[in-house]
Amino acid sequence: MRAPAARHGPTLLDDERWLGRLLLAPAILYIVLLVGFPFAIGLYYSVSDATVGTRTLHFVGLDNFRLALENATFWQSLRNAVVFTLVSQAFVVVLGKILAMALYRDFRGKWLVRFLILLPWVAPISLGSIGWLWIFDPVYSIINWMARGLGLLAPNAWPIWLGQPDLAMASVIMVNVWRLLPLATVIILGGLCSIPQDIHDAAAMDGAGFWRHLFLINIPLVMPIMLVALLFGIVFTFTDMIVIYVLTRGGPYDTTQVIASLAFFTGIQGGDLAGGAAIALFLFPVLVAVAILFLTLARRAEVT
Amino acid sequence: MSTSAITIKRWAARGGHFGLLAAFVAFSAFPFYWMLITTFKETNDLLATANNPFLFNHPPTLEHLRVLVVDTQFVRWLGNTTLVGVSVVAITLLLAVPAGYALARLAGRWGQQMAIGIFLTYLIPPTILFIPFSRIIASLGLQDSLWSLVLVYPSFTVPFCTWLLMGFFKAIPRDIEEAAMMDGYSRFGAFLKVVVPNCSAGILTAVIFAFTLVLQEFVYALTFITSSSQYTVSVGVPTFLVRGDVYFWGSMMGACLIVSVPIAIVFNLFVDRFVAGFTVGAIK
Repeated sequence: MRAPAARHGPTLLDDERWLGRLLLAPAILYIVLLVGFPFAIGLYYSVSDATVGTRTLHFVGLDNFRLALENATFWQSLRNAVVFTLVSQAFVVVLGKILAMALYRDFRGKWLVRFLILLPWVAPISLGSIGWLWIFDPVYSIINWMARGLGLLAPNAWPIWLGQPDLAMASVIMVNVWRLLPLATVIILGGLCSIPQDIHDAAAMDGAGFWRHLFLINIPLVMPIMLVALLFGIVFTFTDMIVIYVLTRGGPYDTTQVIASLAFFTGIQGGDLAGGAAIALFLFPVLVAVAILFLTLARRAEVT
Repeated sequence: MSTSAITIKRWAARGGHFGLLAAFVAFSAFPFYWMLITTFKETNDLLATANNPFLFNHPPTLEHLRVLVVDTQFVRWLGNTTLVGVSVVAITLLLAVPAGYALARLAGRWGQQMAIGIFLTYLIPPTILFIPFSRIIASLGLQDSLWSLVLVYPSFTVPFCTWLLMGFFKAIPRDIEEAAMMDGYSRFGAFLKVVVPNCSAGILTAVIFAFTLVLQEFVYALTFITSSSQYTVSVGVPTFLVRGDVYFWGSMMGACLIVSVPIAIVFNLFVDRFVAGFTVGAIK
């Protein structure tokens, strides 16, 4: 039995520790060079006076952060980002749970239903958002047309979805929910499918009704996976600016401006690299805190 | 309870289930249905407010698709996207497959911390990175080149796919490798010749997801690419088909459908595996 193995001997390819490091090294190197290094430059920019035009950088301390904090638009963007993220995620998790339970059962045409529900997630989001831009069009909005047809609109009312502050926020939230719902649903569905059938059977034997079953068995068991879904939803939403860039460019009057889009407009389109970097950096500690919190919760909530 | 009452209850439950699904499908799919109608409608018809927007008041037209294919560089953008996608997927697999395996099997305690570290890099939003990247790209002379995207995109596909593949590798029974090593393979040989083929479905899932991430990406492509012949689909369509206040609705909607539907079909086949790998990595 040992004879063929002896041919190789205890080489590098057999030493688990070294092999592990060797296999991991290229990926780590790439990540350090293409994430760590730019991230470090980003940190440095945020304390410098870098602009698109300049070649020399000067250290300016925390000036950029001070400027960002003194800027009313920054605070508004922060508030908007929090509202945008929390409201969308509340909808996504609740609707995703309901939809996952509906999809859990077997029925005819399930493949087609799942395909149609997945579409928003796989469509390139910049193009999907343009579809919504057309649906929300100020003149040709199909929503308004249907609402008028159903008699829901007063004769003179014609909401401009992306042009009125509250409606604009509601619209971008709706598009974001539309886009993230499929991912949350399939993740939660994966969690539902992993609950062993005998737990359901035992609960049914004990005479647990639908709501008792839902809150005492179903939700607690799926909780770790729901937290993972929520974590990814928060990260995607908080860092994303595509929906907002395509639909409103942060308008009207910055009422849909979020941190990510403000950093883009300041740093790239406005040419103020340092200011943009400082604004973007506010995202990171928040996300790390959220991630650590959720991964800890998910591990703790896991029923052993 | 009498049998008829039970039957009624069952029918009500089935009806409710159907209604619920119908509502969700309407919400998810309506924009695509709307894109489909818009793609084949004449512009006059689209812009006539008196017409019923659900009906074809003029005969359907292929004009918008003609504009897309002939008057824009849409086909070229599809080619660009494919080129970037294939290159990024190749780089990603080369890096993420060994890394995912190392994290799943070979690394002990420090591997756990490393896995969390890799996950955290996924949380660094592109918004922080694109400003430094734009300088790095410029100093490498890669501005306005597709290779800038090939260089940068693995910065998010590698962490994502490493995480995903780690989950798949954990799900493979250890016995397979141990049997292979008994048969005379080295530790590395067992990984390459036995584990990787056994994990082909997982690897294919990672390929699809890396490709989708590339297709979705917008911010870097918008920042780094300036000439229209180098655009990817996700930037080219919204940039080129919106001229000032004039929106080429039909062509844009057509482009969106052409790109989304095939991917959605492939996606649908792999979504279960994706979820399995994804959640194992996160909570085990």
